[in-house]
Amino acid sequence: MSLYDIIFYLFAAITILSGFIVVTSKNIVYSAFSLLFTFFGVAGIYVLLGADFIAIVQILVYVGGILILLLFGVMLTNKITNVDIRTGTIHVLPGAVAVGVLMGLLLSAMVWTEWKTQPSETPVTTTVTLGRLLITDYILIFELLGILLLIALIGAASIARREQE
Amino acid sequence: MIHVGLTHFLVVSAILFSLGIYAIVTRKNAIMVLMGVELILNSANINFVAFSKFGNLGLGGQLIALFIIILAAAEAAVALAIVLNIYKTFTNVNIDEIDNLKE
Repeated sequence: MSLYDIIFYLFAAITILSGFIVVTSKNIVYSAFSLLFTFFGVAGIYVLLGADFIAIVQILVYVGGILILLLFGVMLTNKITNVDIRTGTIHVLPGAVAVGVLMGLLLSAMVWTEWKTQPSETPVTTTVTLGRLLITDYILIFELLGILLLIALIGAASIARREQE
Repeated sequence: MIHVGLTHFLVVSAILFSLGIYAIVTRKNAIMVLMGVELILNSANINFVAFSKFGNLGLGGQLIALFIIILAAAEAAVALAIVLNIYKTFTNVNIDEIDNLKE
C-alpha cells in the first residue's frame, strides 16, 4: 500500500463522511459547515488525479464563494432569534430505499465494468495546457460562459433586491 | 487492499451522487436542496477529471470540470436570489408548503 493509496483513502473518507453529515444533520448550519469538508476532500481527490488547477479553483469558487453564499442564504431565511434553524425531512424511508437501490446499481455498474484504462505516464503542466485549450479549441464555450456568468449575476441581483416603494 | 485505480474514484463519485439525491428527495428546506445539487455537481466533476486522467485523452475533461464549476456558481447565485424572494413572500422556505400553483 503506497503513500498515494493512503492519501486517497484519507480524502475519500473525509469526503464521504462529511457528505453523509451534510444530508443527515438536522441543523442546517452544521450541514453547511460539513459541506466545507466535503469540498476540501473533493479538492484533495482532484490533486490526486493530477488536476492541481481544478483543485485550486474548487477551493476558491466553492469554499470562498458558493459556501459563503449558502451560509448567507441560511442566515437570511431563518429566524435566528427564534432558534428555528432545524429543518424537517419528508419521505425519509421511501427516499432512503430508492437512493439505496440507485447507489447499488451505480456501484455494481462501476465495479463490474472492465474499464480500459491507459494512464498517461508523463505528467503534464496543467495550467499552461488548460490556458492554451481555453483560447484555442474551447474559445466559444469560454466566451459564452463569460456572458452567462454576467447575465446570471445581474439577474440574481435584480431578483434579490428590495422593491422601491 | 488493491492499488487505487479508476474504479475507486468512480465509487467515491457514485456515493457522493447518491447522497446528493438523498438530500434533494428528503429535505424540506430549499437551501438543503441546493446543497444536494452542489454534491451532485461535485460527483460529476470527479468523474470528468478521473476519466480525463485514466483515459489519456488530454485535458478536455479537466476543462469541462472547470466549466461545471463556473455553471455551479451562476446557478447558486440565481437560486439563492429566488430563495430570498420566496422567503419575502411566504416567510418560510419549506418547499412542501409553497404550493400556491396547485389551487
